[in-house]
Amino acid sequence: MDKNEIISPENLAYKKPALLNETPMHYCPGCSHGVVHKLVAEVIEEMGMENKTVGVCPVGCSVFAYRYIDIDWSEAAHGRAPAVATAIKRVWPDRLVFTYQGDGDLACIGTAESIHALNRGENITIIFINNAIYGMTGGQMAPTTLIGQKTSTCPYGRTPELHGYPLKITEMAALMEGTCYVTRQSVETVAAIRSTKKAIRKAFEASMAGKGSSLVEVVSTCNSGWKLSPVKANEWMKENLFKFYPKGDLKDTTEDK
Amino acid sequence: MKGNEAIAHAAIRCGADAYFGYPITPQSEVIETLAALKPWEETGMVVLQAESEVASINMVYGAAGAGKRVLTSSSSPGVALMQEGIAYMAGAEIPGVFVNVQRGGPGLGTIQPSQADYFQATRGGGNGDYYVITLAPNSVQEMADFVDLAFELAFKYRNPAMILSDGVIGQMMEKVVLPPYKPRRTEEQIAKECPWATMGRTNGRKPNIMTSLEMQPEVMEQRNLALLRKYQQIKDNEVRYEKTLCDDAEYIIVSFGSAARIAEKAVELAREEGIKVGLFRPITLWPFPEKEIAALAEGKKGILSAEINAGQMIEDIRLAVNGKVPVEHFGRLGGIVPGPDEIVEALKNKLMK
Repeated sequence: MDKNEIISPENLAYKKPALLNETPMHYCPGCSHGVVHKLVAEVIEEMGMENKTVGVCPVGCSVFAYRYIDIDWSEAAHGRAPAVATAIKRVWPDRLVFTYQGDGDLACIGTAESIHALNRGENITIIFINNAIYGMTGGQMAPTTLIGQKTSTCPYGRTPELHGYPLKITEMAALMEGTCYVTRQSVETVAAIRSTKKAIRKAFEASMAGKGSSLVEVVSTCNSGWKLSPVKANEWMKENLFKFYPKGDLKDTTEDK
Repeated sequence: MKGNEAIAHAAIRCGADAYFGYPITPQSEVIETLAALKPWEETGMVVLQAESEVASINMVYGAAGAGKRVLTSSSSPGVALMQEGIAYMAGAEIPGVFVNVQRGGPGLGTIQPSQADYFQATRGGGNGDYYVITLAPNSVQEMADFVDLAFELAFKYRNPAMILSDGVIGQMMEKVVLPPYKPRRTEEQIAKECPWATMGRTNGRKPNIMTSLEMQPEVMEQRNLALLRKYQQIKDNEVRYEKTLCDDAEYIIVSFGSAARIAEKAVELAREEGIKVGLFRPITLWPFPEKEIAALAEGKKGILSAEINAGQMIEDIRLAVNGKVPVEHFGRLGGIVPGPDEIVEALKNKLMK
């Protein structure tokens, strides 16, 4: 069987979603962003919302998300994505509106916008990539950096005395009246990827059903920022991040009446 | 009604789709009036109290970028916080409207009226090379009229537009003829008039991206140059001003907004004393009526810039006049509103001695 036969349409068991275009991604090999982008594109397609979706991208590594997924995008100022998304959803209530943000954007400079959008119960979904570091600017300490973790701005390791504690913003979101679905996922294995996809679908459906705000945290790797190989980065994430940021649903009231 | 209330009524009547705001004295009547009028029941207009001015201007960024007619309002310290969002709107060419009911500064300053945000308003205000179309109302009537005008200009040029008012105009009560009701635009109209809007890919068109980001300097420079060409077009077409008793005048007072109302009376008082003085009122502060002021300065004995600040518009007047005639400044600070007699005194002391 030659290559052309193998890739003939009847033999294809899997293909990338059409919404994910051919632009080469700027993400480092081993980064979690590419997988989550693909899941977002797949879910939008499966829901048939290609022409009814507006994404809001952050400042950070995923600032260029708009280059890769062929939907309308609004590129927000650093941290302001939930405010931008709030407004788009309020003036276009039948659209699917989501933000895609990293830990620095969502849990540091944009804490106020995140907390208040979630607490108002805006019918939007926040996809939160938590890799415990600032990737885009070259590996500085993030609000989610673990105690003991080394970054370029805590080169001797994060300490509570010098830097304060890592912020569990997802736990905070679960306490809020306005949220209907709050979950923590990851994408390092096929099973985890499937689970994350389900979570994104559930969140998007809850947004369209007007059930309130959803937050899907994806605990992610930043092998460049962590200065590890992709494989080692996955191991480090499992050993360290999953302990402090345990996976699973923190809140789900989407089935409640 | 109050100037602030007029803004709220006019917004509903000119088919605004949304207002996002945060309370601050002396302009809280804008959001209070909107909340009491409940336009969401009548026209479908969204009214939302945001968590900060930073959030409210970014809400304007989002909703106006999605093609809707959206406004916010605040006062000086709040508008300072909004500068990030305004710069992003200028960069992404988003046509939002914002109102600054100025108070004294710097910092928390005072809640009393001031015109000390002239520099901020006319020099962009945030980071980067950009300008905001700036309208300066001098009455409650103009507060009402300029809402629709600001939207028209903002959408015509895809640029943020500001109504630069102050605590006097916002708080004073005058008779006002409100504009007639205009329906909010339909989805079809928005898709047609705003083919750039991030409202979902209408009929499967190519994606629209609202962004001010460009990593390639060569491309970014072209974007900057395109913005400059647009600003030149605005300068060529949208200068607005008003002249009173300038034809036989030997002296000219230049004033905007509430100061121009006081200066009107000052001109009257000075003329009673036999001083030939006229009033030039810029209505657009950016674009500034520089050619008109340069022409008007010919053969005059002097120009007095009467502003409720420490001397800001005077720089634009001096640039326009280019040394042809003396240009002096009069202003009160700290939230104090001058009387017309003070302006007449300044005219005599600074230009007629």
